[in-house]
Amino acid sequence: MEKLNIILNINNKPVDVRITPNDTLLEVLRDHLDLTGSKESCGEGVCGSCTVQLDGKPVRSCLTLALEAEGLKVRTVEGLADGDKLSPLQESFVNHGAVQCGFCTPGMLMTADALLQQNTNPDEDTIKKALSGNICRCTGYSKIVEAVAHTAHPDDQCPDCASGIKSCCKTKE
Amino acid sequence: MKPFNYLTPATVEEAVSLFGQHSETAKYIAGGTDVIVKLKDGWMEPDYLISLKKIEELSELRKNENTGDLTIGATVTHATLEKSIMIQKEYPIIYDAVSNIGSLQVRNVGTIGGNLMNAVPSADGAVPMIALDGVALIQGPGGERSVEVKDLFIEPYKTVLKPGEILKKITIPAPAPRTGSAYIKFGRRAAMELPLIGIGVLLSLDADLETCARARIVLGVAGPTPMRAYEAEKLLTGKKITEDLLRQAGEKAADESKVRDSVRGSAWHRKEMIRVQVRRMGLKCLEMIKRN
Repeated sequence: MEKLNIILNINNKPVDVRITPNDTLLEVLRDHLDLTGSKESCGEGVCGSCTVQLDGKPVRSCLTLALEAEGLKVRTVEGLADGDKLSPLQESFVNHGAVQCGFCTPGMLMTADALLQQNTNPDEDTIKKALSGNICRCTGYSKIVEAVAHTAHPDDQCPDCASGIKSCCKTKE
Repeated sequence: MKPFNYLTPATVEEAVSLFGQHSETAKYIAGGTDVIVKLKDGWMEPDYLISLKKIEELSELRKNENTGDLTIGATVTHATLEKSIMIQKEYPIIYDAVSNIGSLQVRNVGTIGGNLMNAVPSADGAVPMIALDGVALIQGPGGERSVEVKDLFIEPYKTVLKPGEILKKITIPAPAPRTGSAYIKFGRRAAMELPLIGIGVLLSLDADLETCARARIVLGVAGPTPMRAYEAEKLLTGKKITEDLLRQAGEKAADESKVRDSVRGSAWHRKEMIRVQVRRMGLKCLEMIKRN
């Protein structure tokens, strides 16, 4: 089958790639461009570890053809940090021990980042609903939810502590 | 995935004509959340994949202010429906159903048309479209035709669409005044799950706020295709709605259902859930009507 040259906008940079129409976005990211932050686990859209943002919306890159991303802004986990400076969300993941084996982390980050762009101060239920399509087989969900909740409040009370539902901020002191 | 050519027609006519040129070896694709999985598994091995994403008229979501008709284009995504304030307020049964399909990442690309055309017994999107008396507009080599959504499905993975035909949109007639509607996807977990059973109820009341003018009870995973429980609906229509009557309707709907044992759950459990949830969804409808 014919090879095609397309230009993808990845992390705000135009990138020339030579693909076949049946290449998924995930394959192009990992195998052609060496952006191996996005992971493949189930390969059928269930686990969320391949999540990237297309025009700011989280999608499964394993179920997206590279061709379908033409003309859209692709953002991967490599696009979160500014050089060596981690994003506040990444910083919060580190500070809250939200990374265990780390395989689900890029997907978690991309989904959570999209949520925080819409809602800078989400409560626990909102975070859980948003992250429900990302599976962590170390089952370290509470730390992940905490890390997202505290992104906007690194040294302060998260929304659920402020309203007395939880006390994670107090136990930290 | 076997290699294929990817075509992006700009109109429905062009898509149908491209399909005609490659008929045996072509497949349509919309959001791709089902099709890409089938391509990877080798269930589908087309030489030509015809994308419907670039066809603008298919992504229309509009309410006609004069007639009250709602038009949902086939490539409207679940996320678009879920986020629409109009859908949330006026068509709660659609919101209930689409907001729990797959996950956020799936809803951002998966389409209502794809959900219907994939034709699985568990299609969450089909239940509200049937309960709201939706009509599907289909276009193919032979022109346009309309089919009620309740008559779209023949068996799992099979619809009445002929090769080359495209589902363009679903039109939903203006809801009657004093209408409430609700859907529950009942499963083991909330996300990335197919329902064990899906139950949708729509009730319209007469001006006395007691007598049932119209009832729709629609079940998913209760048979080979999404189905209406006609006998249960009949039991409610024209009567004063009480909790006891809703309980009887639940019994009737469970009897009518063609549930079976599967890996996801057993038939008796599904029947129990129909009994309970028809009543609960009915009560939810009544509450909604009283609130408005």
